[in-house]
Formats: sequence, C-alpha cells, structure tokens
Amino acid sequence: MGIIVTGVGFGFVYGLSARGAGFSVIDAMAMSAIAFAGSAQFAAVGYVASGLAWPGIIVLTALLNARHLLYSASLRPWLRDVPLAHRSVMAHFLTDEAFALTIAHFRRIGRGDERGYWLAAVLFMFIPWNLATLGGVVLGGQIPDPSRLGIDIIFPAAMVGLAAGLITGRRELTAAIVGAGIGVTVALLLGPPVGIVAGGLLGPLVGLLVPAAAAHETAPLGTEASAERYALPIALEHDHGHEHERPGDEPG
Amino acid sequence: MSPNLVVLAVLMFAVTYPSRALGLLTPGLDRLPKVALDYLQLVGPAILAALAAVSVMVVVGADDQPSFHVGIEWLAVLVCLAIVGRRGNLFLGLLAAVAIVAIGRAAGLAG
Repeated sequence: MGIIVTGVGFGFVYGLSARGAGFSVIDAMAMSAIAFAGSAQFAAVGYVASGLAWPGIIVLTALLNARHLLYSASLRPWLRDVPLAHRSVMAHFLTDEAFALTIAHFRRIGRGDERGYWLAAVLFMFIPWNLATLGGVVLGGQIPDPSRLGIDIIFPAAMVGLAAGLITGRRELTAAIVGAGIGVTVALLLGPPVGIVAGGLLGPLVGLLVPAAAAHETAPLGTEASAERYALPIALEHDHGHEHERPGDEPG
Repeated sequence: MSPNLVVLAVLMFAVTYPSRALGLLTPGLDRLPKVALDYLQLVGPAILAALAAVSVMVVVGADDQPSFHVGIEWLAVLVCLAIVGRRGNLFLGLLAAVAIVAIGRAAGLAG
C-alpha cells in the first residue's frame, strides 16, 4: 500500500509540474510511459521550462539514472534463471521503488521471483504512476497551490522508509548513513545526480569495512527473522526448499 | 501535442535503459565473489538513503547552484522513519509525513 501511495502521490505531483511547465497530456504521458524515470522526469520538466538545450537534458538524465546500473547488478544474481528476453523487458520497469520492493521480497523468500518482480514493478508502480500522471496533468488546473498539500514529501519519505526496511545490521546501517552523508556532500559540490550516485557507490564500501563479527545482524539474509523484518506488501508463494540459499552460494 | 517532447521522452529512455539493463543482462554477474555480492546487498540501503537525504537536504536554486536546505521536511522524514522502524508501516509513515509538511506549510514554517 505504501508503495502504491508513493507511485500515485509522486506521479500526481509530476503531472501537476508537467502541466505547469506547459506539457500537453501526451507529452506528460509519453515521459511517464516511455522514460518512466521519476526524478529524471521532474528534472526534465524543470529543464524544459528553463529552456535548457536537449543535449544537456539527455546528459543529465543519463547521469541521474546511472544508479539503476547498481540496482540491476544487485538483482541479477536473483534473476539468473529468468529468460533473457524477459529480463530485457523487466529492465524498463526497474525503478527505485521496484528495486526496493523486489530485493526485500527476494531476501525474504530466499530466492528470485519473476512474478514478484512484475507485481512490484508494473502493478504497484508503473500503472499507478501513469494513472496518477494523467490525473495530475488533467486535474492540475483545479488545484491552486499543490505544494501546500505536502505531496512532494512522499518520495523522500518513502525512500527512507524503504531503506529502513533493508537494514538488518550494522553493515547496512553504516552503508545507509555514509551513503546519505556522501550523497549530500557531493550533491552540494557537484549537483544532486552526482551526489546520489556517489552515495550509492561509496556507502556500501564503507559498510563492508564493518567486520562480519561486529555486524550484529538481527535478521540474517534469507532467514525467517529476515522474512518478518521485511514486511512489505507482496504475498507470493514461498519455496521453503530454497529458503536459506543466497544467490551465488554453492550447493552443500 | 508537442511531438518534440515525445522525442525527448524517447531519448531519455535511450539513455536510461542501458543503466537498467546492463546489470540484468550481463553474463557472469550470477557468480560473483562473495565480497561483490555483499557489496551489492548494501547498495540498496545506501542509494535509497542517499536519494532521501539529497531530496530533503539539497535544493537547486534558479541559478542552478545546489544549496543546503533545512526545513519541516526533515521532521516529516524522521517521523516517517520512526514509524517504519517501530511499527513497520510505510503507509502510516507516509501519511504522517504528508500531514506534517502540509500543516507546517500552512502554518508558514516552510515554503
């Protein structure tokens, strides 16, 4: 439910912003369906409104979305049995929220789950995001000052909530805190897109410095405790025969 | 309708898709060394926290210069974090965050 609220709220605000920048319904919907990249879409609205040249918009979009490389690399070990053609299509639907939901779900059940990915990425994000975009761009003119509604806080609040759901020990906690600190610092120096990527790259490196013995995992990955910890809204069948495997582990 | 902006959307897709697909489609990533897998497991918390922190603490002004921002949004995100941490309920956390920001802005605490 929280993720759908995120998609709807964020998509609605995007629709409002796009309308305010002079986008038509088709323009706004094309961005949401074809680019399907929330923060980059927001940035593009601002860039278009400010008259930034297209090459600049394209480069900044690529930079802002470079973090998806980390997401896809993280998911790959879990989805190694999924056909290549399916993975090629799945890639288009990979967003911050889809990643957070699916990685938590995979950890919870101890294996990859293609159907879970489709549910999270398409049913919980792509469809609500696009419907909310349509709502925002169509209804936007009737809302005098959307920022007063506080809807724009949904995205960062959801991100921090999802991050918290992934923290089960000191390594994750360290990675998150350091990632946030580096992200803000670098963002102030070089801009938000670079900061986000830098935080995502360097935070885990510092997290790895925490010795396993000192990690104090309250819910080690792939265990029942982990399943309880990641109480996210995807209820799918569990394969208990694989519940304690991690991707990349050798049998026996 | 503005065909130009549809083309822009296609170009944005063209530079976004490789980032999304490369990791999923590259062979060999399913047999990475343990330390690499451990690193990838930590990417989620780190990048989501970075996204949240940058979204709340950094604003880009009309001159395109980023600056540090302090506002009611910090409290909203912290309350959401506390609710998720204590009750495991993201939906409730989001509702609380939106309410705090809406009330704060109505009271003139933030722009």
